[in-house]
Amino acid sequence: MKIRTLGRHFREGGKNILRNGWMTLASVGAVTTTLILVGLFLMLMLNLNQIAENVERDVEIKVLIDLTAEEQQINELEQQLRNIPEVSIVQFSSKEDELNQLIESMGEDGQAFELFEQDNPLNDAFIVKTEDPIDTFQVAEQIQTFDYVSEVAYAEDVIRKLFTFNEYARYVGLGFIIALILTAVFLVSNTIKITIMARSKEIGIMKLVGATNSFIRWPFFIEGLLMGILGSILPIGLVMGGYYYLYQNLTDRIQFPFVELLPYHPFAYQLSLILLAIGAFIGVWGSVMSIRKFLKV
Amino acid sequence: MIEMKGVYKTYPNGVTALNGVNVTINKGEFVYVVGPSGAGKSTFIKMMYRQEKPSRGSVTINGVNLTTLKERKVPYLRRDIGVVFQDFKLLPKLTVYENIAFALEVIEDSPKKIRRKVMDVLDLVKLKNKARFLPDELSGGEQQRISIARAIVNRPSLVIADEPTGNLDPDTSWDIMRIFEEINSRGTTVVMATHSKEIVNTLKKRVIAIENGRIVRDELRGEYGYEN
Repeated sequence: MKIRTLGRHFREGGKNILRNGWMTLASVGAVTTTLILVGLFLMLMLNLNQIAENVERDVEIKVLIDLTAEEQQINELEQQLRNIPEVSIVQFSSKEDELNQLIESMGEDGQAFELFEQDNPLNDAFIVKTEDPIDTFQVAEQIQTFDYVSEVAYAEDVIRKLFTFNEYARYVGLGFIIALILTAVFLVSNTIKITIMARSKEIGIMKLVGATNSFIRWPFFIEGLLMGILGSILPIGLVMGGYYYLYQNLTDRIQFPFVELLPYHPFAYQLSLILLAIGAFIGVWGSVMSIRKFLKV
Repeated sequence: MIEMKGVYKTYPNGVTALNGVNVTINKGEFVYVVGPSGAGKSTFIKMMYRQEKPSRGSVTINGVNLTTLKERKVPYLRRDIGVVFQDFKLLPKLTVYENIAFALEVIEDSPKKIRRKVMDVLDLVKLKNKARFLPDELSGGEQQRISIARAIVNRPSLVIADEPTGNLDPDTSWDIMRIFEEINSRGTTVVMATHSKEIVNTLKKRVIAIENGRIVRDELRGEYGYEN
């Protein structure tokens, strides 16, 4: 296609948008609403995901070593643990370390445990982490069968719940986003259908004088694209501004070490690009859907 | 130029419009298509620019078989055919100039070429001074001249007209006919469906009469043959 022709298509597409002011506004509004919700949702989802990943990364298996185990056997156990392919880190924690940790974690009340320093009832332990947190269960079960293991401890319930929650959240979120996008596509395609009907006589004449289908299709395609892009301006502004505000105000107040917002740069920019892409996609899909049957003249 | 062999056309609603049509029209001919309303004239004409496809039989234009022509090739066929209608089919929001230029923009001619071709053709239909008018500001005869100009601006080898004088008074009709004659004299084939006894009987040409979807008469320098 010649550049001049592309220019013509853009002019025609732009004209359509202006000519059908109110309908265009309704479609752009639908895209805007959709993208605001999608933006909010993605913001929430991706951050939750990040938090979940952080928590997952902290998941560890504590392998308590049997009190009767000798140095030699402890070394053997360590070797066995390291040989499990899914395991990434194996760390020895002596019973003194364990007690200190316990005392520390109890804060003020922990001082009571200091009495045990003389006669420490705790076990030596290995702290084991897996490459992928999802392997935790399976690895833990395997370790249970090793010799000189008195107990395998890990936050089974928490992990299982976290995984299921994450999974559900992802599916629900995805379904929600798709439903919103379909609604917007429907509205955009209806608007373009109206602009096509208004121009059906023109299209008939174009076909009569030998216009190709793609020549006829282009302006409507561009009309859809423009509607999608127009519809994404406000949501992008809100995402950029809103996330900036959140990031500035929340980051310092969050106390849990594993709760950490995704950094403004590049997250806000990435999210904006995603919204722009979804907006353009909605517009183009809407236009493609509406023109198809009109060209069979 | 145009060849129809055993052409039948039955519409989805069961109406049979063409019932075995065989005809050959040569390059440079001027042909009237006559017959009562509903006889199949319009369908006959629509076959030529592939507005309708035959249910059976074949239609060939300039060696191209329209029956097997791929959908996406149809636009290129139409660039070599000009079509004129009784109701002009002009776009009311475009000026005279733009209405004609439209046909060239669609096939992506350069602006310079478009300007030259449009002015030339406006000269031919003697409406150069009305280039900036809107169709509604012109008389019926003038609007038909514009629509003829649009049909021939790309210098097609075939011009098809479906009752082009149907909405015009006799004087204006003669103006239109003079333009068709002029076009024909330059070597363009003209096929015209008409109800005008006066035109057919005065301006003697080949006459094809269609009744009940069949060609019942085909004479060089023929007569209209019906009471109006």
